[in-house]
Amino acid sequence: MSTPYKAPSAENIALLEKLVAALKRRGIVTEEEIARRRETAERASPETGARMVARAWTDPAFRELLLRDGTAAAESFGVSMKGNPPLGVLEDTAEVHHLVVCTLCSCYPRAVIGYPPHWYKSAAYRARAVREPRAVLAEWGTVLPAGVQVRVVDSTADYRWMVLPLRPEGTEGWSEERLASLVTRDHLVGVALPGATAGAAAAA
Amino acid sequence: MTGAVPNAPQPRFAPGSRIRVKDDRPEHLVRIHIRTPHYVRGRSGTVQRVLGAFPNPEALAFNRPAEPRVLYHVLFDQPPVWDEGQAGDTLLIELFEHWLEPEEA
Repeated sequence: MSTPYKAPSAENIALLEKLVAALKRRGIVTEEEIARRRETAERASPETGARMVARAWTDPAFRELLLRDGTAAAESFGVSMKGNPPLGVLEDTAEVHHLVVCTLCSCYPRAVIGYPPHWYKSAAYRARAVREPRAVLAEWGTVLPAGVQVRVVDSTADYRWMVLPLRPEGTEGWSEERLASLVTRDHLVGVALPGATAGAAAAA
Repeated sequence: MTGAVPNAPQPRFAPGSRIRVKDDRPEHLVRIHIRTPHYVRGRSGTVQRVLGAFPNPEALAFNRPAEPRVLYHVLFDQPPVWDEGQAGDTLLIELFEHWLEPEEA
């Protein structure tokens, strides 16, 4: 389901360089700001989201903060949310499973998950996740327990959304670090469930 | 890349309110950046949560003065929207207040 990556053309790169030069000339951006922004973007990774999930599984006060104010929860993990859209976190329950998509473009909680994978931005995922989410989940090898409802979250506006999955059974007494190692990007988007589909993320 | 604005207008709808999304196509008339998906226009849903107020993206994208608008998380039943899916499946969508009207209107 992924779209092949296309390298930017020489014309596009030349256009970008001219734009950056014009912005610098007018004092709108500086080289330092661009470097700082690039550093933050490169540091962002799903490990941050995974650590936040593991903390929420083990610390009820943090779970409450995460669900009420994702932005503050991310900042408590040292993520600079200044200039980033607010983070919202949606909790899976025994009755409801969340699946995040952005049908209009590719909104994604980059500050805590890093860059979106190519399939997340593909027309196929964006069209199908909202229309036939159960077929999409099945292709990922994701099996929801009987009776669980699917809630598709179309990320249409100013928030960015992350899923707080259910803690897998059989992890009682695990350390936060060990729990975090179970959680991947796919679980934070909702196409897969931690502990339930080991090795099934072939579409990545 | 903007956060919720301070001095937000009072929300017109409270969580639990039944609303209908306007069945409107303003993009046919003016240059405008719309964050209301086509598939949900004209559909009825339930306000889940008030998400704060944000500059109206429809104007912001074209560098016009962008008034703060209240943003809601609105829940829709999936099957009537797509005529697919299972009963109980839902769609949760961020929508701005000026796209919503009370369901009975």
